[in-house]
Amino acid sequence: MFHLQDITKIYRRRQREVVAFKAPSLDIGLGEYVAVVGPSGSGKTTLLSMLGGMLSPDSGKVFFEGESLYDLPIAERTRRRRERIGFVFQTFNLVPYLTALENVQVPLFLHGVSKAEQRDRAVALLEQVGLGNRIEHKPSELSTGQQQRVALARTLANNPRLILADEPTGNLDPDSREAVLSLFDNFVREGRTIVMVTHDPAAAARASRRLCLNDGTLVVCEESPVAKAA
Amino acid sequence: MNLKTLVWRELAERPSAMLTSTLTILLGVTALVAIRHVTVFSEREVGQQLQSLGANVLVLPKDATLQDYYSADLTDRTLPESHVSSILLENLAGVERLSPKLCVSAKVANRDVTLTGILPQSEFQAKAAWQSVSLFSNKHEGCKKAACGPKTYDAAPETLASERTIDQLKGNEAIIGADVAEFSGLKPGQTVELFGEKLQVLAVLPRTGTVDDSRVFAHLHTVQRLTNAGEVVNAIEVMGCCEDAAGGLVPKLAELLPDAKVVTISQVVSTQVGVNRLMSQMSLFVLGILVIVGGASVASTISSNVRERRREVGTLMALGATPSLVTRMFLLKAWALGIVGAVGGSVLGLIVAMVLGSQWAGVAVKPLPDLIALAIGAALVITTLAALWPARSAAKLDPCCCFQEV
Repeated sequence: MFHLQDITKIYRRRQREVVAFKAPSLDIGLGEYVAVVGPSGSGKTTLLSMLGGMLSPDSGKVFFEGESLYDLPIAERTRRRRERIGFVFQTFNLVPYLTALENVQVPLFLHGVSKAEQRDRAVALLEQVGLGNRIEHKPSELSTGQQQRVALARTLANNPRLILADEPTGNLDPDSREAVLSLFDNFVREGRTIVMVTHDPAAAARASRRLCLNDGTLVVCEESPVAKAA
Repeated sequence: MNLKTLVWRELAERPSAMLTSTLTILLGVTALVAIRHVTVFSEREVGQQLQSLGANVLVLPKDATLQDYYSADLTDRTLPESHVSSILLENLAGVERLSPKLCVSAKVANRDVTLTGILPQSEFQAKAAWQSVSLFSNKHEGCKKAACGPKTYDAAPETLASERTIDQLKGNEAIIGADVAEFSGLKPGQTVELFGEKLQVLAVLPRTGTVDDSRVFAHLHTVQRLTNAGEVVNAIEVMGCCEDAAGGLVPKLAELLPDAKVVTISQVVSTQVGVNRLMSQMSLFVLGILVIVGGASVASTISSNVRERRREVGTLMALGATPSLVTRMFLLKAWALGIVGAVGGSVLGLIVAMVLGSQWAGVAVKPLPDLIALAIGAALVITTLAALWPARSAAKLDPCCCFQEV
């Protein structure tokens, strides 16, 4: 699914250069469940942004399903993201003035799905995550676990092949955390791919492959991910 | 869910964020609509006054005043009738018609009336032919307003009330005003006795609400003969073919007739014309304020909205929103507050104009759809231009900001 070729991302602040991410070569195959662990500021979010087609590397290429992502025009990258990638955020990033139903409808509307179909699919997805009775609730009227489940329903709305998750269990109670990770397990079982950035050793342990990021350099974890994340 | 729903939900949830801008647009449009409405109707009023007053330029005896002419309508000061021929022979640019008048007191059915001697236009034609001059051939030279082009004179005598001149009037005929007809019971075809001579009533003028209602019009030469006044007139009304030409006529007439006083009718309404001019300038000033203050307010509101919603915009872009959709989202928001401000301002401005127009300017104001559409259009153009830059900057936001923690 992904092939990263000699990727470097450098941030420049006050005439100082900081290498945010560096990976000589990395392949992520279809159906893989990859956990990326590392301390804060190690470049995890930079990696997710580059995989999501939102941040071009300073050097190297990111191939997504055989195409060099950053050689595509912005509109085409946006379309790829809309059709094939789902995002899960640590703080859920729900639109606060929209109901749970409307939040799930957003990616469907962006995809050009008709209003009636938007509603049907959004209701089905919310029922799937156990929030069928909360569709008219706004995020502020939901618990954090419920908010993340709405966000997951939104992620799955366009039936993505890939989920890019940024600390998906970081703000959750154990039950909600387990619900999210179970959903991820099912997602991978269907042959789809997850790249998850996490501090959570138990969550990382569920992944089929663990990568470690340290000072922007991506390597295969040599030790237990539990110990590394700790 | 669609773009409108997305924008509307936010506006409904946080209306206070947009309140200041909406209020600015609303007040600007209110002032603009109110001032322009009052100005337009005030200008129309002036136009009607000028039309009701008739001539554009008056040639009066040297020591007569405009007030004498309009308030008393009678003066014992006179001008020689030969001045009419002088004007005719000069063939001045912009002269459309001439109407010399001699007014004297008379009695009809034991009531005081003003007997006004007038010269029918047919006699000017005859006079011109006799004097071998081309009648008013130069009248449209200097005209800037096409609307003031040549008129077709209606031969009906009743048109005297509106046109101030008449085509045909015989020496033994009279035309009576509505009041005279009412108290004397005279009708067309009957005779009216004036200074011992019977004149046939040619027509009764429609009611005008002016001194003309209590006048009896007869041929100038008949009035001169009956009153032994000689070949004199009290005033010569000179109808300029348009306002521009009328303005230029005054110095030429004054030069031609040094013993006469030449005044423009517009002097009668000069105060109101001045107020109208001031209000016109004021409306331009208000438009400027609307552009600057309203535009700045909208730009500031949309900019701060973009800043507040950076993460939300980033999330939408991560979910697949294109930059053009993000631009449209913020423009739609600006249009929403522009429309609310413009429509609310138009309604409020109209109410203000209707209330204050009658109180302050003495004019009855009615809605002018074109003006309201123009004000709404201007407000929308201003809000669009003001919101364009912040909306485009929103579209250029780094979508990675969706990963930032709160």
